[in-house]
Amino acid sequence: MMKQQKGISRRSFVAGMAGSSLMMGMGSLVTGCSVEQASEAMASGDLSKVFSPNIWFELNGAGDVLINVVRAEMGQHVGTSLAQIVADELGADWSKVTFKHVDTDPKWGVMVTGGSWSVHTSFTMLSQAGAAGRTLLIDAAAKLMGVAADSCMAENGVVSSGSKSLTFAEIVSNGDFSRTLSEDELAAMPVKAPAERTVIGRDVRNLDVAPKSEGSAVYGLDAELPGMAYAMPLLPPTRYGSTVNSINDSAAKSIPGYVGAVPINDPSQTVQGCVVVAAETLPAAMKAAKAVTVDWSAGPTANVDEAAIIAEGMRIANDPEGGTLYVNEGDIAAAKSGAANSMAATYTTATALHFTMEPQNALVGFDAEGRCHIHAGNQWQSLILPYLAQALEMPESYIIIHSYYLGGGFGRRLFGDQMIPAALAARELGRPVKLMFDRAADTRFDCVRSPSVCSFQATFDDNGALTGVDHTVAAGWPTKGMAPSFLGTGIDGKGKFDGFSISGADHWYSLSSHRVRAMNNELAQATFLPGWLRAVGPGWISWGVESFLDEIADQMGQDPVAMRMSLLDGAGKNAGGEGSTVGGAKRLAAVLKDVSERAGWGREMPANEGLGVAVGHGQERGMPTWIACVAHVAVDPASGDVSLKKLWQTIDVGTVVNPDGAMAQAEGAALWGVSLALHEGANFANGEVVEQNLDRYTPMRMADVPELDIAFVDSQEFPSGLGEPPLIPVAPAIGNAIFAASGKRVRDLPIKLA
Amino acid sequence: MIDFVLNGEVVSASSDDDTPLLWVLREELKLRGTKFGCGIAQCGACTVHIDGNPMRSCVMPISAVAGKSVTTIEGLATPAGDALKTAWTEAQVPQCGYCQSGQIMQAAGLLEKNPNPSDVEIVDAMNGNLCRCMAYPRIKKAIKTAANGGALS
Repeated sequence: MMKQQKGISRRSFVAGMAGSSLMMGMGSLVTGCSVEQASEAMASGDLSKVFSPNIWFELNGAGDVLINVVRAEMGQHVGTSLAQIVADELGADWSKVTFKHVDTDPKWGVMVTGGSWSVHTSFTMLSQAGAAGRTLLIDAAAKLMGVAADSCMAENGVVSSGSKSLTFAEIVSNGDFSRTLSEDELAAMPVKAPAERTVIGRDVRNLDVAPKSEGSAVYGLDAELPGMAYAMPLLPPTRYGSTVNSINDSAAKSIPGYVGAVPINDPSQTVQGCVVVAAETLPAAMKAAKAVTVDWSAGPTANVDEAAIIAEGMRIANDPEGGTLYVNEGDIAAAKSGAANSMAATYTTATALHFTMEPQNALVGFDAEGRCHIHAGNQWQSLILPYLAQALEMPESYIIIHSYYLGGGFGRRLFGDQMIPAALAARELGRPVKLMFDRAADTRFDCVRSPSVCSFQATFDDNGALTGVDHTVAAGWPTKGMAPSFLGTGIDGKGKFDGFSISGADHWYSLSSHRVRAMNNELAQATFLPGWLRAVGPGWISWGVESFLDEIADQMGQDPVAMRMSLLDGAGKNAGGEGSTVGGAKRLAAVLKDVSERAGWGREMPANEGLGVAVGHGQERGMPTWIACVAHVAVDPASGDVSLKKLWQTIDVGTVVNPDGAMAQAEGAALWGVSLALHEGANFANGEVVEQNLDRYTPMRMADVPELDIAFVDSQEFPSGLGEPPLIPVAPAIGNAIFAASGKRVRDLPIKLA
Repeated sequence: MIDFVLNGEVVSASSDDDTPLLWVLREELKLRGTKFGCGIAQCGACTVHIDGNPMRSCVMPISAVAGKSVTTIEGLATPAGDALKTAWTEAQVPQCGYCQSGQIMQAAGLLEKNPNPSDVEIVDAMNGNLCRCMAYPRIKKAIKTAANGGALS
């Protein structure tokens, strides 16, 4: 057994028997703990004080493998994909693999599901953990069989050496497993070569699909505690700064089962001016919520509308030197002063809603020891726990968030702010409270995608060659509102930026001069809580980047595909590096070439029809998913109606762990891109969103679905992420196709030609 | 008390007459496969069968189902229903899954009346059911698989 120096937190792998099961995990030992202490703590079942596992799995005496999944399931089949990685390296029999989504516990370390990160950030660690587990199983089996360990192989739940073999069940029942591996030993674990993989890259049945096809999957809204009251929120006229003057519940008192109206005083100031109306049943709570009237003093943004937010974005985006410097290649000032010609354009996107089909909800109860138990689907438990601790004025360690399926995430459930009024009401009423937002309340409480403005100026020399692009991006910043410690600092050391709200501006095209500045729209920030919505910054920034590139191509008289190819030369910083960036811009050029061939780019199109192209490069420059997209649209010249006939995408995400699940994510994200481009747009008026339900907010329906032709590059490169990236190039591909079909350049999302 | 047949058995609901069927199913009778989405009959997540017809339970007062037969996802056991559930798993339709009970109930209603629907007929029948994950291509594919060229008829 390796001894580790006390006082240093290092990644380790620990394994040992707990009862009749073999427990194995990998993670960090907390400061001051030795691996021996970790083993002892594991045997006693009290691991959380000494070990923070990124992955933790057990094998029982029947050979079943149970994998604890720290990520949340919101439609991406994440548990299946992560389990595939472990199972492949472990040599497990896939039919015996199950998993569970864990509740919060300090031992799990950071719990977050977003950013298309799950496979990318877990792949190495899960592979190493699986390989470590396999090594231990083989060592134990070799001893039992009396053979050399290096003569053994593990596959399909069996360790074999020549004619001898033992099942995992037999090994777990009879083997010796007290063992830990150090970080150095882990790094040396023999991870399989891609050609040897048997579960990664195989189409498997996603283990969450059957319960979701039978009505038996349990979501947060399905949770129940004995003695719970039901509650509905009454929300103030503005998200911030509204105060409750008085509550009149005289009309509610005659409703059978009415419990009371609780004003929410949140010390964390996350939820302001909210009143929670409670009753014995949900129907009674809904009636009571209609019967209670609240007199509020509205906050300062009570008169803000969409146009004012966009106007503020225009104002700051057109400031010639304002904002936080994010990219500064070449010499943009020289490019401008020496320009023979220039062109400028401004792109906007309107407010967009998450509109998760399961509305916001939380069930909260306190146990006899005073611990707060929260039952709700959530994507970033580690983010909301400190807010809850502040709101409840109790230690984080006394707050447990229990995991459920999420009835849609899309970034909305990265923030668990709905838990706060539920928890405060439960404490006030002295009983569990199940708080449910109806649809209008869910919309009014949404952390919407901020309206955005992107402004561009391109410069050209005497020969008409492109010499530079100056780009500004103005929007409300989710990270500023919810996780300000994650804000980045400008490359000149000045100012802050939201990395999630500027990503995509740092694209892979080689430009002689390129400047990007990020601006925070403070009117947006004051009016609502800006949210991370699927694809976040690249979702609106690439709308501008890829549309403006088409405008440049048109100006230069070049074909949009050829022009992009010429800029995707992989030179300098665009050569790529390690991990997902291997190959750099050349991989983007490769998918662009593939999709343009498959779509028949350059072919003669019927009148009023056109093809448009755009590329995307994932959620972050350090984690690129290389995508090229072609859209085929028809534009009715009389009505201006846009009909999206077909979308092609070629996607290079590196190694595909779960092929059918990957395709499902690509289909869903691409269609989200269509919906945001053509069907979804909201407006603020009087400080809140006007379109609060489906009578006015109109996400895409089945009738609007175009033909889809999506292909993945067969790759063995390191896996990137897929939940969001296929959304990114869709809107600009459609906009560029509209230009090709009609000559009309659209610069505002959602697209309205009529 | 309002009596109706739920998934083949007579039940009595004590909720107020104007209580939407959805909440009687979910909260009084604890059948939580039927979901709440919009509350205004525009998303279809709450779809159940009333005397064999797909209906939005979020706007259906319990008084309106007195003496009628209500089927929920938990009780859907017709040949079409079974074929759809199987097809849903084979096509790996659900993503978040929240709307899928309603999608399957709506699709079962379609196949009961039209065992071999065309693409256009599928879209017409399903267009009122929102799938926020946009799993529409697979929903359509699974309905066609379940219909199996009219083999259920």
